[in-house]
Amino acid sequence: MAFEGIGASVKRREDLRFLSGRGNYTDDINRPGQLHAVLVRSPHPHARITGIDTAAAKAAPGVAAVFVGADLAAENIGGLPCGWQIHNKDGSPMAEPPHPVLAIGKVRHVGDPVAVVIAETKAQAKDAAELVSVSYDVLKGAPSLEAALRPGAPLVHDEVGGNLCYDWHIGDKDATDAAFAGAHKVARLELVNNRLIPNAMEPRAAVGEFDTMSGDYTLYTTSQNPHVIRLLMGAFVLHIPEHKLRVVAPDVGGGFGSKIYHYAEEAIVTWASAKVKRPVKWTADRTESFMSDAHGRDHVTVAEMAMDANGKFLGLRVHTHANMGAYLSTFAPCVPTYLYATLLAGTYTTPAIYAEVKAVFTHSVPVDAYRGAGRPEASFLIERLVDQCAIAMGMDRVEIRRRNFIPSSAFPYQTPVALQYDSGDYVATLEACLKASDWAGFEARRAAAKARGKLRGIGISTYLEACGIAPSAVVGSLGARAGLYEVANIRVNPTGSITVFTGTHSHGQGHETTFAQLMAAKFGVPMDQVDIVHGDTARIPFGMGTYGSRSLAVGGSAMDRAADKIIAKGKKIAAHLLEADAADIEFKDGKFQVAGTDRSKALAEISLTAYVPHNYPIEELEPGLEETAFYDPKNFTYPGGCHICEVEIDPDTGVVSVVNFTAVDDVGRVINPMIVEGQVQGGVAQGIGQALLETCVYDADGQLLSGSMMDYTMPRADNLPNISVGTSVTLCTHNPLGVKGCGEVGAIGSPPAVIGAVVDALKDHGITHIDMPATPQKVWGIINANRPRMAAE
Amino acid sequence: MPQVSLKVNGKPVTAEVEGRTLLVDLLRETLRLTGTHVGCDTSQCGACVVHIDGESVKACTILAVQVQGSDVLTIEGLAAADGTLHPMQEAFREYHALQCGFCTPGMVMSAIDLVKKNPKGLSEQEIREGLEGNLCRCTGYHNIVKAIDAAQQVMHGKVKELPRAAE
Amino acid sequence: MYEFTYHRPGSVADAVKLLADPDARAMSGGMTLIPTLKQRLARPTAVVDLSGIGELKGITVSGGTVKIGGMTTHATVASSADVAKAIPALAKLAAHIGDAQVRNRGTMGGSVANHDPAADYPGAVLALGATVHTNTRAIAADDFFNGMFSTALEPGEIVTAISFPVPEKAAYVKFPNPASRYAMVGVFVAKGPAGVRVAVTGAGANGVFRHAAMEAALAKNWSAAALDGVTTPVDDLNGDIHASKEYRAHLIGVMAKRAVAAAG
Repeated sequence: MAFEGIGASVKRREDLRFLSGRGNYTDDINRPGQLHAVLVRSPHPHARITGIDTAAAKAAPGVAAVFVGADLAAENIGGLPCGWQIHNKDGSPMAEPPHPVLAIGKVRHVGDPVAVVIAETKAQAKDAAELVSVSYDVLKGAPSLEAALRPGAPLVHDEVGGNLCYDWHIGDKDATDAAFAGAHKVARLELVNNRLIPNAMEPRAAVGEFDTMSGDYTLYTTSQNPHVIRLLMGAFVLHIPEHKLRVVAPDVGGGFGSKIYHYAEEAIVTWASAKVKRPVKWTADRTESFMSDAHGRDHVTVAEMAMDANGKFLGLRVHTHANMGAYLSTFAPCVPTYLYATLLAGTYTTPAIYAEVKAVFTHSVPVDAYRGAGRPEASFLIERLVDQCAIAMGMDRVEIRRRNFIPSSAFPYQTPVALQYDSGDYVATLEACLKASDWAGFEARRAAAKARGKLRGIGISTYLEACGIAPSAVVGSLGARAGLYEVANIRVNPTGSITVFTGTHSHGQGHETTFAQLMAAKFGVPMDQVDIVHGDTARIPFGMGTYGSRSLAVGGSAMDRAADKIIAKGKKIAAHLLEADAADIEFKDGKFQVAGTDRSKALAEISLTAYVPHNYPIEELEPGLEETAFYDPKNFTYPGGCHICEVEIDPDTGVVSVVNFTAVDDVGRVINPMIVEGQVQGGVAQGIGQALLETCVYDADGQLLSGSMMDYTMPRADNLPNISVGTSVTLCTHNPLGVKGCGEVGAIGSPPAVIGAVVDALKDHGITHIDMPATPQKVWGIINANRPRMAAE
Repeated sequence: MPQVSLKVNGKPVTAEVEGRTLLVDLLRETLRLTGTHVGCDTSQCGACVVHIDGESVKACTILAVQVQGSDVLTIEGLAAADGTLHPMQEAFREYHALQCGFCTPGMVMSAIDLVKKNPKGLSEQEIREGLEGNLCRCTGYHNIVKAIDAAQQVMHGKVKELPRAAE
Repeated sequence: MYEFTYHRPGSVADAVKLLADPDARAMSGGMTLIPTLKQRLARPTAVVDLSGIGELKGITVSGGTVKIGGMTTHATVASSADVAKAIPALAKLAAHIGDAQVRNRGTMGGSVANHDPAADYPGAVLALGATVHTNTRAIAADDFFNGMFSTALEPGEIVTAISFPVPEKAAYVKFPNPASRYAMVGVFVAKGPAGVRVAVTGAGANGVFRHAAMEAALAKNWSAAALDGVTTPVDDLNGDIHASKEYRAHLIGVMAKRAVAAAG
């Protein structure tokens, strides 16, 4: 048997079904008697609904029902809840306008759902949906931050003046102002963090089913967190108690954050299945995904760094406007605040930081967490600003980073923006990446490219992120309306095989493999003795799901804790069987052994005894061998690293090609290097996508111009380079596994490196920054407007 | 309603369809071969790629009635009867060329056609360009390219066994 | 998609009869029609699939002319040794239309008859001075394209073949739309029996067009350098989120130079 312990690149056990077409995604599920739902969505960014005529649709062939917002309101169906409350500078709570499941009175973005048509077939439902006649009084829209903040801008919600959701701040304003007052130099940067559309390859889908006998509801949905959906939808929207609502998230085809949230369609199919007394299925067309999946990013920021004469950072001042879209999505308010501004120290010793963030409603799709969630925005700002600092100081980009790094001797390190980093070695990741990327040899490559007529540039990012989300008490004090622990239940079956039930959810991360590897090592059994179960509220005690690179750090730690309980109980059983003291029993390599002797019992013997308790300490110990642990992390985890990117630009067309990409990340202990590498590569691909290709574009009125893959540039194979991934490990000090998280580092670390490389390539063209994405058109515009002097000479 | 008769994964099939029924709907809904996926509605993503008479086609951009008399191969029909994976399937597993698995069936079917059409072998750049019709959001394509490169060596008989991925 | 009746006639004559219905639509490869139907942007009562008509397929080369049947797929053109020998630029163009799956289904006749402004073939047809054959007549390239999604074809008229005079030199270079990968700017240059011709696809607000200034410059001096300083008026160009009119005009110049260099 090949080595399959911690640190082995074990091949994924989920692959066989995916490669054979035997995955079980939500749209693959057909329930007996199932009907199909199609949503009627607003074609307008902003309009008053003056009437909805559903008569023709109801009379159309195959139609079972048509529902509008008023039908849900009549049954006291709640709006979609927001899971995080931010407080304004003055302590008052953020504006939290209602988010009806189906629009009532007004529509507020293109794609806002207005009605649902339920029919025997999807084609019939689509045919009938066209017959729903909605009368609109079309109003002026304000889809962008700029438009929504303009005096007299149309209001997204009449009760929210100035479209301001909240005006929040963090840090020490006075200390920061003082730092600027004494600064030798100040670097300043205005930037846009471009709005992205997640586009997991599997479109969202949901099937609702109501059991008329038991009154039980089942929802099959494309979710990263089925228990969260059960909680939100059951408690706040449909008023179904947990024991009558089962949520199943089967195989899910990618999420990247966009499948965290509770969406209207989930509530609609669940509710409607009881109304029509048949299962109801909805599957998004990709076009619907573009206008209904929560978008990501969309910040406009001004940032300044004060420096002393040696280039040491003295103070950082940040003003950010964040686009919330038309409604507050589940976790939207925390993204530009606690997942963003708390990261502004980055890897640097900046002693004084002050950030203020204004969140703004606009006539656009709601914005929420997308891979990295706030941290890519922070790292882009910091790393781009540090490059500006180098320019302002006339200093090398690497040198200014070295001078300002938090030294590895300084951990635990308390930042001025709330977080306390537990471990890291930023010099080590930097050195490893400089070496792996041959940073020193770059100028020769630049010269060779020039000889070929290409502009070559190199960029670097020495980023940090906070993940392993999150200590419940901490996030609770910051406005989270949920705990963010994770849950594991371990069942050692009578013959010694192990079933692990986890509240995390795998939608590409390979949990069935990594967790099995972890537990097999813990119990000293072969991996094939361990099965991982996730994604079903009826099978798993509880859980908060997968996002924020938390599955291993929090979910894996919960497993470790539950396993410890199993082992502790096993020791007692073994002590009884071996007539020894439990304190003398050691558990190692799958055996309970009396220390210093060769007397031992295998795990399977212990489990059989636990389930067949004939010779058993029954007075003091219950039979059975099953334990549950709720693990609440003590702190966030802090992966960080160095990303170096090299690009070549075709000056005639403005096309930017990434020719080298090197990442060295500290993700803590690595369980399966193959999977870690894949996670980093995927994240980097999305980071390169943000930096060079992807952007959501609304026109001035709020029509979505990048509304399909014909206009939204998805990264393809020939857009991307080979992505070299290395790791340089320091262990997390506060979880039992020493792990940090790897799901988001690629998307967080890479964009500033890519843009840094583009700017470096264009350094003779009079720019020090370019906003993302650096499209051919934009780059050509710069080249065309700023022909370098050498060309004129 | 029109009737369509064809072979799917070697088995004769006859089904009633509408004129507007897409091949992918015939496969997924009528035949319940749900391995062929639908990831977009503009013929961009390639999650639905199948082989029709040996050539890769997006099953979302062809009517079921158009495949009358054809031989359709889907991801479900790729492995040998005894379960032995096609070298491309095996390579995707070996090289971790899939994560969520949703694009995978279309990616594998496209890759096989790409390799078959290029018996002289493909460079890395040619593989990347040859995947133009397939989108993956998880892997960054790095490992997909590696897997196809390894599989082509087996498919062209250059090596007997799939080259193993570096540990 | 709205429901329609599907026909697959075995002859041009039968197809023409079916297309007498003004609400019927001809379908060749379906690579544009099916997406259009899926978006419910068209509502034909009948779809007439031309793929069963054997006489519309095939490639023949004779007497300095390459004649390609309307239902010949892009993949067939791309892999044809005859085309590669006679007009390599045409084979290369076909090898880069859309993606592999589009090339396996899409046809030359369909592309030309549809006159999508982002299609590649119209550039070849116009620059090579091809002749479009239909079931009723032969139409010179210069008379064929008359506006975006518009051609000289009468309702119910079917493109049966296109014949291309073999040029002395030719090349096609395109700049794909970053998102859709269809031509944002494509320039086909040719020097042959019909003189020097330069056709631009992807960029024009009215579809494919000939670039008179470039033709004049290249007629005097067939070299990329001859195009220095030759500009493209922006008025009749497309502008969108991916490329302004000005950027397209610039790219026309770059692609044209690269095409001339590639043609040798």
